[in-house]
Amino acid sequence: MAKLAIHADRGASEGSRFPAHRIDGLAGTSFKHQHLTSILDDEASNRGFFEVHAENYMGEGGPPHAALTRIRQDYPVSLHGVCMSIGGPQPLDKAHLGRFAGLIERYEPALVSEHLAWSTHETTYYNDLLPLPYTEATLQRVGDHIDEVQERIRRPILLENPSTYVLFRESMMGETAFIRELVRRTGCRLLLDINNVFVSATNHGFSALEYLADYPLEHVGEIHLAGHAEQEDDEGDLLLIDSHDAPVADAVWTLFDIVIGRCGPIPTLIEWDSAIPDWPVLEAEAIAAQAILDRHAGAFLREKSYARR
Amino acid sequence: MRAAESISGDVADGLDYPTGFVPALLDPGCATPALVAGPRGKAADKRFNVYRNNVTVSLIEALAAAFPATMRITGETFFRAMARFHVRETPPVSPLLFEYGRDFPAFIERYEHARSMPWLADVARVERAWLDAYHAADAPALPPHALTSLPPDALGDVVFEAHPSTRMVRSAYPAVTIFAANRASGPVGRIEATEPENALVTRPALEVEVRRLPPGADVFLGSLLSGEPLASAAGTASARCPEFDLATAIVVMLEAGAFAAPGRMRR
Amino acid sequence: MSTKSTISAAMLASAVAAAVSSFAIAAPLSEAEVKAAMDAGKEKCFGVALKGQNDCAAGPGTTCQATSTVDYQGNAWKFVDGGTCTTMQLPDGRKGSPEPLSRDLPS
Repeated sequence: MAKLAIHADRGASEGSRFPAHRIDGLAGTSFKHQHLTSILDDEASNRGFFEVHAENYMGEGGPPHAALTRIRQDYPVSLHGVCMSIGGPQPLDKAHLGRFAGLIERYEPALVSEHLAWSTHETTYYNDLLPLPYTEATLQRVGDHIDEVQERIRRPILLENPSTYVLFRESMMGETAFIRELVRRTGCRLLLDINNVFVSATNHGFSALEYLADYPLEHVGEIHLAGHAEQEDDEGDLLLIDSHDAPVADAVWTLFDIVIGRCGPIPTLIEWDSAIPDWPVLEAEAIAAQAILDRHAGAFLREKSYARR
Repeated sequence: MRAAESISGDVADGLDYPTGFVPALLDPGCATPALVAGPRGKAADKRFNVYRNNVTVSLIEALAAAFPATMRITGETFFRAMARFHVRETPPVSPLLFEYGRDFPAFIERYEHARSMPWLADVARVERAWLDAYHAADAPALPPHALTSLPPDALGDVVFEAHPSTRMVRSAYPAVTIFAANRASGPVGRIEATEPENALVTRPALEVEVRRLPPGADVFLGSLLSGEPLASAAGTASARCPEFDLATAIVVMLEAGAFAAPGRMRR
Repeated sequence: MSTKSTISAAMLASAVAAAVSSFAIAAPLSEAEVKAAMDAGKEKCFGVALKGQNDCAAGPGTTCQATSTVDYQGNAWKFVDGGTCTTMQLPDGRKGSPEPLSRDLPS
């Protein structure tokens, strides 16, 4: 223990506790502890990355840290915050922000992200990503929160677009305009969840393609893909639920292909958080995403080499 | 970079949306908030219900994940109903879900439909202690031979430091046997245990361990953990419990890794 | 009345020696061994530790997804289905099965 601590202190000035794995152009999956053995035994899964929810590693020790440490040795890791409540009006929880910063220091994640949503009001934590109105007042407040996070962790975050089921009557601007302005004001980068775009587009009757055309794709540092479920709204029309409990839908794969065709290979994560399948099923989704990334990576390389001639 | 001071009352307007949004989240009798709508004039009732559902179900599931033996005892339907009442009455106050459920055993104790299972709350207490031990700080446990390396005359004055994972749960019922039977795979049949059981929960390495404490060892361990020296703690336990056996108690505690190794450095 | 017995240094030393010498045989048991010990009614087997349950009970994690399970309404407490409380026979003839109440609370 003592030796480890001394080594870590020295490491801070001399370099890293972990290898600096590159994440560019890779597909990855949510990291679930029940998959750890399969992942380590799987010769084929030597390429890719894993994403974890930061809050699940905010305990002091135990198996969660042991598992994440083991994974981080072999793979790049993406740290995905769920509960910062950046989209809420009340001040950020400083203790929580401190824990978040501590994890970034400890695990040196390749990517760090949070949500455009809120989950805490006063002292109650609601454990859901709740929506916010898009107004000048919320723009300023959310921007201040992003500034605060980025100053504390001393790096930009990737902000994820939400999937939503209701609209606020007081909203004055669209989600893409809101996000674009946040990027301009804070210098944050973006996590584009394409399933969330598809879910919200279906639920609110707008075009996912138009949303993407209006979205600042040039700032995207990570993409999320996930499965959704189908329910009905009050009028009996389709209402999609961002359930992360199924394979990625065909329409979402199509949108992904279009986005990668425009932007080149961006690190892409398959999220599967409920009704979690065996590792090979989840891995197959990541392999499908990797194939699309690789196909476009080839095209982008060719374009670049033509440009040089 | 804007200064924090510039956030003042003029922009505070339009920032009270959570106040309108949250009351209906945990109260199905509360109408859909007026501040939300569906697109193009569509209704928002079923849409808002997605959020009510997400909050309630995810918190019920958090309790189910933290209290699996308790749920196995009651059956899922009973457990979810009980958990739903608790979620509405006492939603979490920390974004760390593994901290949730500290008040659940006390809730079970006064839940009228669980009265015929007076031991159920203690089983839940063992489960809550299990989860605390699971997430506790890592530290080496005191190795057994550390005690024999001391001169015999010095033993009586030894003061122990608790391992960060160490928890004790006292029960007037055979809570450990019931807990163990319902966490193990395989059918749960007749429980033969008749004595009250106090649980010692530890995680000396990566696996949480749950043990029954021998008679009087709860007093002994309690004294040691509050800083009493070994001889004094043994004296207290002997006086309070005639069946107390010092050697047995020491075996259980050393084997469990209940104490931290001296001079450890916390990360 | 004294709340403390005096433990001599010699008693203490011999108890510690006895305890430490027993370590070769006091390793924590596997789940199957715990079950076997319980089945055999070895109620005095105090050192028995339940291990190997970490994978199936790692506790709750956060969610960033919605749920497709609908279960937010139910103020109704209707019926209790088969938990182990119906098969567990406990001391003093206590069965532990919750009484089969059927009623609806106002919602």
